[in-house]
Amino acid sequence: MFSLRDKHLADEIVSRIAQERVHLRFMHVCGTHQDTLVKHGLDTLLQRCGVVIGQGPGCPVCVTTPREIEEAIVLASKGRTIASFGDMIRVPGVRSSLQLMKTEGCDVRTVYSIEDAVGLAEKQPEKEVVFMAVGFETTSPTTASVLLQNPPLNFSVLCCHRVIPPALQAILEMGEIKIDGFIEPGHVSTIIGVRPYEFISEQYHVPQVIAGFEPLDLLMAVWMLVRQIQQGKSIVENEYTRAVKPQGNQKAQEILSQVFEPVDMKWRGFPMIPQSGLRLRKKYEAYDARKKYEDDLRSVEKEVFSEPTGCLCGEVLRGLISSRHCPLFGHECTPQNPIGPCMVSSEGSCQIEYLYTKK
Amino acid sequence: MCLAIPGKIIELDKKKQNATVDYGSGTKRKANVSLVQVKLGDYVLVHAGFAIQVLDEKEAQETLALFREMLSLQDGDR
Ligand code: SF4
Repeated sequence: MFSLRDKHLADEIVSRIAQERVHLRFMHVCGTHQDTLVKHGLDTLLQRCGVVIGQGPGCPVCVTTPREIEEAIVLASKGRTIASFGDMIRVPGVRSSLQLMKTEGCDVRTVYSIEDAVGLAEKQPEKEVVFMAVGFETTSPTTASVLLQNPPLNFSVLCCHRVIPPALQAILEMGEIKIDGFIEPGHVSTIIGVRPYEFISEQYHVPQVIAGFEPLDLLMAVWMLVRQIQQGKSIVENEYTRAVKPQGNQKAQEILSQVFEPVDMKWRGFPMIPQSGLRLRKKYEAYDARKKYEDDLRSVEKEVFSEPTGCLCGEVLRGLISSRHCPLFGHECTPQNPIGPCMVSSEGSCQIEYLYTKK
Repeated sequence: MCLAIPGKIIELDKKKQNATVDYGSGTKRKANVSLVQVKLGDYVLVHAGFAIQVLDEKEAQETLALFREMLSLQDGDR
């Protein structure tokens, strides 16, 4: 019932876009959008119609900084159990990765949900379990919900949650590339709704369309952006109405603000982005791994971390280059032997590009 | 990671905290439904073990018609 396939309609939308004879550059911030675009060849199809679409900082694993990875590695080396999503565990850190730590005997677990990590803590009361919580607004409510249910005190969270709208603003403020429109992430938007994007259209006059994940959704979103531009408009439109309500998921928003507060945060490839991260409120300090293990983490706090040598993930995440332009792409850097996070994560544009187009 | 998959709620506990979600072709899994207000038979989007939003069945059925309307096509048009 929720699949959208109609070849004729797709052709019609593409021919409408082609008729307009535009030269436009759009950005989306979602690995799942990138997957749809590349898997179905929509990126090359749209390029022929004058529309270039690139992925920005829309991969939570990719934008997690080397410092945060190092924090998890330090905690693992001190005998804590580290649990996180699979892609996060495989990202190379500066000296090691969580996956390597595991082969060296540290307790590192891949989980599907934060509830599985709580389950580990419940089953092993003698262990200290730290969940490395990455993800945008789609994922942070799951962390908040669990913390409201009084998990055991041998459970804590290394909070690496980030929020999308300040990152969009940062890209525009940095002004490194011209962006004619944003395709906004459908599942982040199921939580936050339409309003949090509005200041971007108002202040920067950039059109935005919230889009779903079927090929037709993305084609439609592109056509809606083109139409806004032709009409001289810059507003937030919602293409994904079957899942995104204008007000978002208010219950999730309430839970989020109960548990978290906004904080300035660095993203990989970016300088500090004001109010773009979440940290646990004081009330939940007992579950905050950074508070709980303050002494262990002091060494990481002072260190300066660099990106892997030659890796251009920063440029990829800021939308300046596409993965293929990285000299290491497909040679030194492959999904089997990834150098940067964009090749590790199934949402990273390097991995997506490699999987679908590298023969 | 922001991937979310639609499924139908086929079981719901009394406290409306946990549900069994049917994703079709025989795949059923537990999901936490504390972030949404749901009833039996609702379609939800599930991400990392949590239902994050209830899907609007009517909107879903009308999406294609809406697209055609936006493109100012008649239903029979190609
Ligand atoms: S191809 Fe590899 S090295 Fe190059 S930017 Fe992507 S992840 Fe980094």
